[in-house]
Amino acid sequence: MSHSVDTWIMALLTLCVFSFLYRDNPFYRFAEHLFVGAAAGYLLAVQYQNVLVPNMIRPLGRGNLLPLVPLALGIMLLGRLAEKTSSASRWALAFYVGIYSGIAVPAYMQAQIFAQLADATKPWQPGWGAINSALILIGFLTVLAYFFFSAPHRGLHGASARVGIWFLMVAFGASFGYTVMARVSLLIARVQFLLRDWLGVLPGA
Amino acid sequence: MADGGLWRRLLRLDRRWIFVLVGLATAVPLLFPVNLPVTPTPRVQAFYDAVESVPEGSPVLLSLDYEPDIMAELQPMSIAVLRHCFRRNLKPVILTLYPAGPGLIERALAIASEAEGKKRDVDFVFLGYKSGSQSVILGLGESIRSMFPEDFWGTPIDDIPLMANLNAYADFPLVINLSGSAIADYYIRIAATRYHKPLLLGCTAVMATDYYPYLSSGQLLGLMGGMKGAAEYERLAGLFGDARRGMDAQSMVHVVIVILVILGNVALLTTGGLRRGPGASSGGGSREP
Repeated sequence: MSHSVDTWIMALLTLCVFSFLYRDNPFYRFAEHLFVGAAAGYLLAVQYQNVLVPNMIRPLGRGNLLPLVPLALGIMLLGRLAEKTSSASRWALAFYVGIYSGIAVPAYMQAQIFAQLADATKPWQPGWGAINSALILIGFLTVLAYFFFSAPHRGLHGASARVGIWFLMVAFGASFGYTVMARVSLLIARVQFLLRDWLGVLPGA
Repeated sequence: MADGGLWRRLLRLDRRWIFVLVGLATAVPLLFPVNLPVTPTPRVQAFYDAVESVPEGSPVLLSLDYEPDIMAELQPMSIAVLRHCFRRNLKPVILTLYPAGPGLIERALAIASEAEGKKRDVDFVFLGYKSGSQSVILGLGESIRSMFPEDFWGTPIDDIPLMANLNAYADFPLVINLSGSAIADYYIRIAATRYHKPLLLGCTAVMATDYYPYLSSGQLLGLMGGMKGAAEYERLAGLFGDARRGMDAQSMVHVVIVILVILGNVALLTTGGLRRGPGASSGGGSREP
């Protein structure tokens, strides 16, 4: 069994959280509130040290006044707190949205629209790979048909949409399987921690 | 069983028995491992091969973007990738875009560097955390120094010999992102598509299916999804880490879940469903598990 105080704290908090599986209880609530408080405090400290100090306080200390611009924009965002000053926040928000759109929209179009369209229309692979290529193309077209709601899902369009639903179900199934695996992984890591790091009963501990 | 009594009782089963079953299915294989075989998939093999193809002594940009909530999946991945890089004498330059990431990465670096006998600032550099995700990823294409003037421990970048000729994506033959969020999308958009850098992605299992299309389009060279992906990578790199240790439990819990899904469906079909009444199972209290 571990002699480390840190490990004991981690183990007891883990057990507090697991106790919720039986029913809601004060131990779980204690761990929940402690986590929220500690996380908020930690994030505040990290943001101060990593954002405000290097980007604003240090440059201002060196006589560089440029950081006053983002500081003013940041303070303007807080204008939303009062109705009288709320219009000031729109300027800061407009600046932020404009910058973000300028960065994100072209990159999104290039990486997630054009590159994927090019991939969907490239020549089929030779041999058995052609089956894969055909499935991707059929899936692509039929799923698009399902999401085309400007015309009723009847006739050829309706049939394509129904095939598209099957492709979507397969995709959701794969995604669900991966989700189960992810959640189980979290449990495994906690059980590994309890059995190995805390109790020291796992082989090779 | 004509009245479907057993199946009805099954539908009314208190869910806490299922929690106990899943808990046992997790703990027992960990206590008594059988080490089921782990077969690498083409996606993970491609990831491994891409790292293998980088010339010895080359720098590799490694962005480890996760926090404790998903460390179960990404920490074993980080350790495996770092150890593989160290074994190949590659020089990882590591950063994180998550505020709670540095502590985990420091730990992963300590484990990997100690195991492979590597030294800080000589064999690897840890730049630490920088806020701004997308703008930082964009900035790395122009100047690492403007984004990270100092490393995690406060050493100016210009005082680290390893960083002498490294200042942008162009100076790295490979970029690796281990991420549990949309940061993976930003690396695909910026590092892979805009700067045409070979990119490898390790992500949580939940995210994995979303990134398959990028393999087909060549925007990703390799993909590692969740603990299973990490276990496959450990196998390829000849390591036996937490991911491989957890795969017996992973398989056992999956078997239990599949059996429960089948039993639940048979029960539902046999009984024609069960209206939830006062006697139905519950975890108790207003906030049920």
